[in-house]
Formats: sequence, structure tokens, C-alpha cells
Amino acid sequence: MRVSLFATCLGDLFYPDIPECVVRILNRLGHRIDFPEEQTCCGQPALNSGFMDDFKAVAARMIRIFENAEVIVTPSGSCCSIVREYYPHAFRDDPTMHAKAVAMAGKTFELVEFLQKKLKVDWKPWNLSYSGSATYHYSCHHRGIDMSPQDVIGLIKEFRGLDFRLLEKMEQCCGFGGTFSVKFGDISGAMVRDKVACIKATGADLLICNDGGCTMNIIGACRREGFHIEAKHIAQMLDEAMRNGKSR
Amino acid sequence: MGEPQVTKHAVRTDFKKSAGLALANARLGAAMNAATLRQDTGRRAIMPELGDPLVVRELAKAIKNHTLQNLDRYLAQLADNVRMNGGVVHFAQTAEQARAIICDIARKAGIKTIVKAKSMASEEIELNDALEAAGFDVAETDLGEYILQLAAEKPSHIVTPVLHKTREDIGQLFHEKLGIEYTGDPPTLTAAARKVLREKFRHADMGITGANFGVAETGTICIVTNEGNGRFCSSRPRVVVSLMGMEKVIPRMRDLPVFLKLLAKSATGQRITCYTSLMTGPRRPGDFDGPEEYHLVIMDRGRSEILGSEFRDALRCIRCGACLNACPVYRKLGGHAYQSVYPGPIGKVITPLLDGVIEYEQLPLASSLCGACLEACPVRIDLPTLLLQHRDLISRRNRMPFVWKWGFKGWRIAMQSRFIYSWGSWFGRLFLSVTAKDGWVSRLFGPGAGWTDHRDFPLMAAKPFHRRWATIQQNVNEEGKS
Repeated sequence: MRVSLFATCLGDLFYPDIPECVVRILNRLGHRIDFPEEQTCCGQPALNSGFMDDFKAVAARMIRIFENAEVIVTPSGSCCSIVREYYPHAFRDDPTMHAKAVAMAGKTFELVEFLQKKLKVDWKPWNLSYSGSATYHYSCHHRGIDMSPQDVIGLIKEFRGLDFRLLEKMEQCCGFGGTFSVKFGDISGAMVRDKVACIKATGADLLICNDGGCTMNIIGACRREGFHIEAKHIAQMLDEAMRNGKSR
Repeated sequence: MGEPQVTKHAVRTDFKKSAGLALANARLGAAMNAATLRQDTGRRAIMPELGDPLVVRELAKAIKNHTLQNLDRYLAQLADNVRMNGGVVHFAQTAEQARAIICDIARKAGIKTIVKAKSMASEEIELNDALEAAGFDVAETDLGEYILQLAAEKPSHIVTPVLHKTREDIGQLFHEKLGIEYTGDPPTLTAAARKVLREKFRHADMGITGANFGVAETGTICIVTNEGNGRFCSSRPRVVVSLMGMEKVIPRMRDLPVFLKLLAKSATGQRITCYTSLMTGPRRPGDFDGPEEYHLVIMDRGRSEILGSEFRDALRCIRCGACLNACPVYRKLGGHAYQSVYPGPIGKVITPLLDGVIEYEQLPLASSLCGACLEACPVRIDLPTLLLQHRDLISRRNRMPFVWKWGFKGWRIAMQSRFIYSWGSWFGRLFLSVTAKDGWVSRLFGPGAGWTDHRDFPLMAAKPFHRRWATIQQNVNEEGKS
């Protein structure tokens, strides 16, 4: 399959290792990857902040850039949910653009969703393993693409040797919410401190978090409290484990 | 699009201020966290009893959508059937009219004392104040509402109105107001309230209820309660008035169980509420009990404007409160911080529409759009999308702060140009790296302070993915060959 990578702005600028891992994972699974270099951001910041026209301008450009893609994969459930839910919604009064938005929505997948539900990868031959303890935060926008916590935990449990610890209030928002975190810093701050306290209580060494926004919020708050924990996207874990599993 | 009118209300505290006060109250925070989690867990645990809950929820949504599409017809049918059953039907367009109608009914019937069942519609119109001002003795009979009446407070939750109070708070209140010895023991406190309320029921000559559902085909008003107080209010006094928001009508009696199942489960995690009371007109010859006079007041109060707007879906709401319990913001603030009759996600959507888009402008903004509300909603109201619609309208009204408005204009240009995006982020990193330590910035200015007041901000990667791509492509090809 020819997979077009949508790195997302946070993935590109803040966490470039993540899209890099996605490339390697999909390549190992036998897929060709291309990266349409004109891509920037899905437009979510403007949509969430109430600037529909700015959102539509950016969204229209993204739709054009990915028009010829066979399938689009992104390591962010948040950006994926915007493409899937709100691209068609934004252009509901423009039949031509709406059709294009629906087409893009139909071929855009979040990484775990793509691996588990679309490719239905059999992980056994890869001997996935991870030594250490980890907990997992459910990113809210996975709801928008019909990905339950169990869908991700199912993949996490493929890692042998991983001491998985369930996070209390796993599904409660970390308080990021884009510009919400800045406009309502006090509320957002209380939400993220709650999240950090729950993470601390697990005693895990690693936080598995599959959205850049949540990661920068949660880890930023951990740092502020002087609590050091590593955060990884499951793509980083898979990349590492696939490399090790293969060489074994 | 019919945009709801802007109405002027009393000046209230800035939302951020009231939210700040709530956040500073650690006791409130702990109580809200525990209570909302308990209720949310209860809901999640019992929903699977419906088999496939999504099927039932979609059915409820379809019934409500159909009803809203034909609201005029079903309201007329409901009114006709209530009259046929011997009841009197009143239509109130505004809160003032609703208050006047109810006061008038009481005056004409020579009423002295009134008992009231829990009703959010009556909270909307501050009915108790109006009745008391008109000289009637009014008693709230729902235990939670009774506590609030004693404390002179407003509900902080639409189903469990004293969610913000601990048993110790209530013990202290009863000690002061009822003169009983202080205790934090719920059964003792409940018994004390019961003693007072039984006397109220015995002497009341008028009962006021809300309406969870109005069944059009039979002219039946349905209320659900857990304490039986609603049934006392509707059966014992000689005059009974039900106040109903006009979106509460459902077409047929066979639709009712769909909603009864969903409401109890979503609201309190119960299979069904303890008392489901159906009121079909006044007492008929041979009836054991029931009022001599029955009145139904159907209230619009901004609802027909919502019906004609892009916010129509919000009228599907059955007031179960599941979205409040699921909401991470509500869990942190409790209900009072919203300073509105309806708090939580549904409150953020309908309060601006019912009580003023300018006054309550902050509410639709104060959400991380996490979608927990949509997931919890038994009638599948897409609350996050409705919040986005509010935000869109706020910016169209040109009321978004200058810095955001022009900031996004600049952002839009940057995001449409590979060149500006790439070099803009490069310069952004350079700028931030001046104050960064170990790749983190601990202090930002302007709007960014909202972030760094509470957490550090990460510095962008030295080499973004788009500058790595050429090398990655090469490496991947080599790994593939080996």
C-alpha cells in the first residue's frame, strides 16, 4: 500500500521522532511511505478557537495536498478526528469541497487504528517486548474516531515483559484543549495536576501517550512539579521493539 | 440562522473569577471529584443492561428529533388531550408570563401553602421568589432542594442539586435552621427533614411539579423522583400545577419506557427511579386521590428560538446530568461557578441561548472539547460541535480578543505557506531558546503565561521532521534492502 504520512504540526516541530518511527514501522510492514512536503497543520487551533474562516482556508489547502493519496496515516488521533469529523462539517454548504473533504476523511487513519483495525497486523512474528513498567493516558480525541481505550491497550498488551499499570481516571481529559490551556490556564492547570497525580500513583516509569498535545501538557506539568517520567508514543515503542524483535 | 436575542441581566462576576474561587476551594474540589466519579461510574456500570446501549440511545435521539421536527403538532395534541382529561392548559412565552400564570392560579384558588417537587424549569424562572413575593408559603420537598431552600442557595447540579455539600455541611445547616442536635449521620438528617416535610404535605393546598415528559397521545405528564415527594405533591393537594419546558413532549406512551430506561441509568445509575408518576388530569369520580384542579403550564422561554437555530439538537436534552458528571471541567469547578441555572456541558450550550449570549459568552469557551459529554449523553447531543458553533458566533460577533483574532490571521498565512511555516518555526525556536533550559521554557509572556503559570513549555526539536525527511527516506530504503 502507498501510505501518505501526515506528520501533524506538533509531530513535525516538537516530536519529529514520532513520525520518523511511523515511517520505519510501516516500511517494515511492507508499505511505501511518502511525505507530501507542502503539509503544515490540520487547522484545529483555529477551529477550536472559533475562527472558522481561518480553519477552512487551512483545511482546503490540506485537502488539496492529500487529494491524490491512497491512504493517509497520522500518529495523532486529535488531528485525525478533525479531518474525519470537521473537514466535512466545515464544508457542508459547498458540495464540491464537501465531496473532497468526505473523500479525505474516508482515507485518513490514526496510526493505531490503521495498524489494528485496517491492516490487522499479526504482531506475533515481531516478538514485541518491553522491559519496565508503563501506564497509558487515553487521549480524548480518540473518541472522535471511535477508538476506545481498550483498542490501544490491546496493542500495549502485545508487548511481552511490560508491566502495565492502569491509570486512574484514564479517560479524563488532561486539560490541554489547544488554546483552552492558555485562555483558561487555571482550569486547565487544575486538570493537568489531577492527571499528574494519577500518573504518580501508578509508580510507572513510562507514560504511553499518543497525542503530542497531551504529551506536552502532561510532561510540562510533571517537570514543573519536579516529577520526572518519560513519555513515549506507542510508535516509538513499536519501532524499538520491532527492530529488536527482528534482530533476535 | 435565527440567532437568539441578547438579553440584559444583572451583572454577574466574571466567569474566570468564579472559577478561580471554586478551584481555590480544596474541600469543594474533593467533594465534586468523588461525587461525579461515583455517579459517572454508576452510569457506566448499568448501561450495558440495555444490551446494546447505542441502539437505545439512537432510538431516543430519533424520537426526540422527530418530535422536535413536529413540535407544533405534538404540543397541540398534548394540550388537547390534557383539556379532554379535564385539565387546564396555559402557554407561557416568557419567564414573567409563566410566573404570572402560576401566581394567578394560586390566587384564584385561594391558596395559602404550596409544596413543590424538583423542577429545573421552575429554577429557570425563579418561581419560588415570585410565589413568596406574592405571599404564598412555598416548601421545596425534594430533600436536596429542601436543603438548598434552608441554606438559601441554588442547585449546583441538575439532578443531585446539593452535590457540592458534604453531610457535615448539612448537619451544621440542620442544627442551625431546624434546631436539631448536630449530626453528620444521613439517616438521622433525612428523618429530621421528613418530619418537617410530612407536615408541609399535610397542610399544603397546592402542589407544583415539573415535567420530565409530556405524552401527547394521552395528555399525561410524567415525573420521576426517588423520594416519593413528587407523588405527594401531585396527588394530595387540591390544586396541582405542572410546569413543562415545551421540548419535553414525546409522541406516544410506548415511547416513554425508552426514556425512562435511559434517564434513570444516565442520571443516577439506577435501573429505574423509585417513583414514576403519571398525571392524567384531575381526580375523576371514584378516584381514590388526585387534585380537584389540574393545570399544565407549557413554557417557551427562548426554546422556539433554539428550535429555529443551529442549536436545535440541544433541545433533545432530557436533563439527566450525565454530561455534568463526565465533564472534567465540571468535576473541577462544581456547578455554582457557572452562575447559571444549567451548569456543565449542556449549560454551556443552552445558557447563552436562554439567558444571553453576551453575559454567558465565557461558558462556551471554557471547554477543552474533550467529548466526554457526547460520549455520556443518552440522546447523543453533539455538545462539542455545539460549543464550536457558539465560538464561531462569538468571533462573527467580533467579540474575540484582538490578540487571538489577528494572531490567527497571521497563523493562517503561515500555515498556507511551506516557506513561512518552516522558517517561522525556526525563528520561533531561536526566540524561545534564549530563555530555555534543558529544552524547556518556564516563563512565557502575553497569552502564553496561561500555559507557563502551570507547566513548562517544550522547546521545538532542533531539526523538525520536514528537514529530516530526505535522510529518513534514504535510511529506510537501505534498511529495506538489507
